[in-house]
Formats: sequence, structure tokens, C-alpha cells
Amino acid sequence: MTVITKQDVNPTAHLTPEDVEQIGVELDAIRQDVLDARGEKDAAYIRKVVDVQRKLELGSRAVLLGSALPPLWVLGTLGLSVAKILENMEIGHNVMHGQWDWMRDPKIHSTTWEWDNASTAEGWKHSHNEVHHTYTNIVGKDNDLGYGIMRIDEDQRWHPFHLGQPLWNFINACFFEYGIAAYDLELGKNLSIPKEKRSEKFKSDLAKTLRKIRQQATKDYVVHPALGLPFGATLPILTANFTANLVRNLWSHSVIMCGHFPEGVETFERKSIPEDETRGQWYLRQMLGSANISGSKAMHLMTGNLSHQIEHHLFPDLPSSRYAEIAPRVEALFDKYELNYHEAPLPKQVLSAWHRVVRLSLPNGFLATTTPKNLPAQAKLLWAMSTKGPKVRRAAQARLVQLEKRQKAEKAAV
Amino acid sequence: MTSPALYGPSGGTRRGGLRQRLRRLADAAVTPLDLDDVLDVFHPLRGGLGDTGLRGRIVEVRPETADSATVVLKPSKDWAGHVPGQYVRVGVDVDGVRLWRTYSLTHGPRRDGCLSITVKAIPGGVVSGYLVRRARAGQMVQLAQAEGDFVLPDPLPAKLLLVTAGSGITPVIGMLRNLFSRATTPATDITLVHVNVNEDSAIFRDELRAHAAAGHLTLVERYDDRDGMLDVDSLSTIVPDLDERLAYACGPAGLLDALEAHHAARGLDLTTERFRTPLLEASGEGGSLTLATTGVTVDAAGDTPLLDVAEAAGALMPSGCRIGVCFGCVLPLREGVVRDLRNGQVTVATPGDGVAIQTCISAAAGPCTIDR
Repeated sequence: MTVITKQDVNPTAHLTPEDVEQIGVELDAIRQDVLDARGEKDAAYIRKVVDVQRKLELGSRAVLLGSALPPLWVLGTLGLSVAKILENMEIGHNVMHGQWDWMRDPKIHSTTWEWDNASTAEGWKHSHNEVHHTYTNIVGKDNDLGYGIMRIDEDQRWHPFHLGQPLWNFINACFFEYGIAAYDLELGKNLSIPKEKRSEKFKSDLAKTLRKIRQQATKDYVVHPALGLPFGATLPILTANFTANLVRNLWSHSVIMCGHFPEGVETFERKSIPEDETRGQWYLRQMLGSANISGSKAMHLMTGNLSHQIEHHLFPDLPSSRYAEIAPRVEALFDKYELNYHEAPLPKQVLSAWHRVVRLSLPNGFLATTTPKNLPAQAKLLWAMSTKGPKVRRAAQARLVQLEKRQKAEKAAV
Repeated sequence: MTSPALYGPSGGTRRGGLRQRLRRLADAAVTPLDLDDVLDVFHPLRGGLGDTGLRGRIVEVRPETADSATVVLKPSKDWAGHVPGQYVRVGVDVDGVRLWRTYSLTHGPRRDGCLSITVKAIPGGVVSGYLVRRARAGQMVQLAQAEGDFVLPDPLPAKLLLVTAGSGITPVIGMLRNLFSRATTPATDITLVHVNVNEDSAIFRDELRAHAAAGHLTLVERYDDRDGMLDVDSLSTIVPDLDERLAYACGPAGLLDALEAHHAARGLDLTTERFRTPLLEASGEGGSLTLATTGVTVDAAGDTPLLDVAEAAGALMPSGCRIGVCFGCVLPLREGVVRDLRNGQVTVATPGDGVAIQTCISAAAGPCTIDR
């Protein structure tokens, strides 16, 4: 997408400043209703999920001791994959958001939780809760827009490196937990700094992350395979654990892509965000910058209720189990203020997000202006843009955008 | 645990070493959890967790009067025991929120290893009301080890005076049950003055009468509706040998204050147990902020986040989004009252509550102390 302030029709143009503040008031009222109702049932819910997750993980790992038998390998791997997904999505992510802090239970608290992931809770809370949730979809401020390795918005400048981004995205999906860890560390940026100039904070965070990765890998790839030794299950356990981690990574990557990458989710220009952004303005940005996944209760649970990404971004600290119940009220508010409540089934959202990744791997306007007839010429242009330096790139880009505009105008005239 | 004294130090170390290695292996197999997190799922009352892991399971909730009940708890194996008269801090999940309160133990050490507390539902009392009316067998509560020095001396004095009012009987019934469950009844001459609003609300009334009938003690029942409020100056009439008795009292602050003055004037010793710490209430105009580690106290306005107040006072504070979203600024509120600047919701913390607050959206509504 193009940042809303540069679009032909800004999707918020019809809202007066009073409307925006009124949206804030109405969303605050929804939030307050949940705070007032929150209680024993909610506490029982999260404790139940934690209980089920732990038993499922233990049970699956026990089954995997017999994974020399293929059916048990399948069963154990499936169970472990589900357990890891639950741990990361419905439990870890939400606990670290402080959704359950109100229970005052030190065992289920944002300040004490550590999750089954390569990234440390501390690093994740900073990059995700603080940066992403505060500066959601602001180009240049929210690094979740492409994680620093991809171009997810027309307003991020194209570079030949982006040609490979469908591949980068796929690799990132497979090893998503390490991708997140690297991302939390701002590894690319920090490694480009000479060793002696790197900050103490980075060095200490890096050490903590490496320690975490070592512990995680030791568990899945050393301790459990070793426990399977007497049952002749060392290798099957190793592959099962690798598979479960892969499944979890692919799943969480897909769900998270669906949250902000599908076509039609809005992005924002850094300089268009006022220094003293009001609560109403912040809410509005969250409303437009997120997309939901429709589906069954099981789907919501397995996505950690990030299927209710819009509700989650509006109220990141409300218990995830309450998102489904407030979703109709939130959607009604979108309708009332004529805003687009972006919701679609998982396959559609995943496809849409991937489409965006592929489309933006090419320069702006490239796909739109390419026809079978001009393909050789276009290919030549792309080659030039990829090899001949920034000056040529800028000129070619300008021409492409101009061409696209002209084609659009011609179409409109017909 | 293997006792080193029994197996000798080297044996103990070797076993301890193996245990430790096994434990490290188990922790490595369940990281980022540790073994205890996993065992909690199956056996929350096991030992070896230290005081922070102390818990209890409710075994029985037995009504005593219309608004009081005895809660019998099976504690974790780590329970270190108690002396009758002591109290225990109990963390109860009421409407999903863990709230800590203190209750006297109403038994001596029991053969079944259980603890009992007797709770009177006070008007508006969130936890007491919950324990009396809604708590059920099977529920878990958090516990701390027993505390308090409201205990009888050893050896016992020849003559004892116990003055209790209302639920003030709870530590005393623990002492009495312990004394009279022994094989030999102690020779101490005990007088118990038990004050209540009326006969129906007198907790343990029948049990105390049975002790009196068995000749264990002299019971003086005082009921406000029948006898009027107890005037402490009349105590020497009610208990003629008052001056010879070592005195213990437990009840409302008014009665205890009067008794303390009365006994002090006569040069007599008195041990008291006070229940309710003064309730913290929100003020309208902010308060103060004390940083526990440095002891610095500054004024805190009612419309300024504690985060800003602390930073202005020179403290290095954890912080993040500053709009209540990221939970990067969460710190324990050791004691005090704060108001959520977004919706005015008031949060009260007393020491040991373990209340964590977001400092970026919380303003002082009274004196506050945070762990920083």
C-alpha cells in the first residue's frame, strides 16, 4: 500500500477531528466494559490453556520416545507442534503483553514469563510491545513492516536486494524464531557497526539471546534425542522436534503476515503522525493498520487470537479470550464511521500477503506496466535498474510510475 | 531430602551431586520452564519449593455463624509449622485477582497436618466475604509461613486472662484447643472474657461453653445487646484477681487501646494482637512517591504519571511506549494507592500483595512506595 496521506483518496478524509476523538471515546467504553467484566472465568481460562499446553507437550514428548514406530512419530510430532504453537501464540505472546497481569499471579505475568522461542522475552517485549504496537505501520518506524529485509510498502524505496524477497520471506518463515531473535537484536544494523563501537546493551542482549538459543537447541536437539536412546528413538526424536519447530515457525509466520501485510491494510507516513498524537488518532491508526482472519474457534485459539488482530491492536492488554466477544461491537464502529474492517479467511489473507511480498519485490509500477508484448523491454529495464546504480534506478523508477499513471488515465477515459 | 547427619557429609554430597545433576538435566529438558513449573501441574503441594512456593488446598469450609466460617487447608509439604496464636498470610484468587489477607490459625498443630483459619465476613470485605460464602473444597490458595508473637509463654503462668471481642477469639481458640487437646490438662487457671454484639454472632460459643463446663476455664460471655458495651474499668469487677493474671487481648482497635491504657495505668503487662491495618484510601489530590531502594520521597501530583515523577526525581526507570500499551514500565507497588489516569480506576497495595503497576499511566492517589 501507499501511506494513506499519499493515496488518491485518503481513507480517513471523511472524518472530522471530532469524529476521531469520538471513536476514541467509544473504543474506551468497549475497553472499560471488558475491564468491568473480567474475572474468575478469564483466570480459569488462561490457567486451563496453560495446563492443557503443558500436558500436551509432556504427553507428546512421551509418545515420541516410541517414535521409532512411524505412527507414533506422526502423533507425537503433531502434538508437539500444536503444543509449541499454543505456547507461543495464545500463551506466550499474550502473557508478555500483560493481558493477564491483572491476576497478580507471579507465575502468569508479563515481567516473569519466558517463552519457548529463540528470542528472549525481554528483547521481544521491547521490539514488539513497545516499538511495533506503539508505532504500528508507520513507515520507517515500525520495523515489522518487512522486518528490515523486505519491502512491504510502496513508500519503502526499492533496491535490487528486494528481488530476492519472496525467497527471503520463505526462509524467514522456516526459521522464524531465529528471524525474530535477530530482528529483536536489530542484528543487521548492529553488525554493520565496527565491533569496538557496538553498544554495551547490544553486547549483553546478544549474549542473552545466544544463551537462550543454546538452551532451546540443547533441549530439542540434544537432551530429548538422548532420552530416546534406550528406545532407539534418537534420530526420530531429532527429526520430530525439528519438524515441530518448523511447523510452529511456518504457522506463526503466516498468522503474523496476515496481521499487517495483506493488500488493503493501511500504512502511515512518519511525518504525518503528530508529536502529540491523541488517543483517538492512535486508535484510528490501529484500526486501519491491521487485518483479521475469519474462522472457527479452533482457528482463533491456534492463532493466539491474533485472528482478531484489529481488536488486539486496539486493546493489546485485554485478555485474548475476550476479543471474539467484542469484535462485533468493533466492527459496528467501523461501519458507523465508514471505515474498512479488513477480515478474510486464512488462505485468502496468506495469499494476499504473499502477493504483496512478490509484487513489491519489483519496483513500483513494474507489474502493472508489464504486458507479454513489452516483456523483453521491461526485463532489460529491470536488469539496468538492478545493475547500474542508484541514479539509473531513480530515473527508471520515475518513468515506470509515470507510465502506470498514464495507463490508468487512459483506462479511465475508455 | 537425605539428611547429611545420617549418611555422613561425603555421602550427602555425592547424593546431592547426583540429585543436582538430574535436576539440571530435567530443567534442560523443559526449558524455558523449570522442573517445578511442570511438577506444579501434577502435584502443587509437594515440598522443596521454599517459602515462595507455599500453597494450600481447601479441604473443607464449615460455617460457624451466619457470617463466619472455618476454612480447613492442606498446606504444602514446606509448611514449617506454627505456634497457636500465630497468623498466616493467605493469597486468595477472588474474581481472578490474587488478594492477600492475614488470618489467625485456629488450631494447634493437627494430626492430619491441616491448618484452619476462621474468617468473619466483614461488610464490604472482598476476601472475607469470598472465603465465607464462595470458597469451596478443592480450591487452591497461596500461603506464607506462620508469623506473629501473640503466643503463650512456656512454661505457662499460674493465672491467665484472655480478653477477646468478635473475631478476636480466633487466635485464642487456637491456643485453647492446643492446650486442651493434650493428654494432661494444664494446671493454669484461665479466665476468658469473650465479647460479642449478640449471642448469635458469637463464634465458637458452644465450644467455649463446653470447655467451661468441663472446668477448663472460666468463661465470661458479654453481649453488647444484653450487657451494653464493655467498659474496661469494670474489668476488675468482672475479674476480681485481675492483677494476678497475665493478660492477652485480641479484638477491635478501640477495645485494645482502652485495655492498653487500663493495664498500663495499673502497671500490668498486656499482650495484644491487632487485626486490621489502617485501610488505605484514595485521596483526590495525588500524594507522594517513595523509591524503596534509595529511600527518596518526593511529592507526586494526582495528574502526573509516577514514571514522570520518579524520573524528575532522578531515578532511572524502566519505560517504553508511555501510553499504557507496552508494559515495559511495570514495577511492583510495595505499598500505596494509585489511580489509572485513563479510567480513574484505583489500585491499592499493602506490603506483600505483589501488586505490579504500569508506572506510565498510574498517578499517586496517596503515599506510594515502589520497588525501585
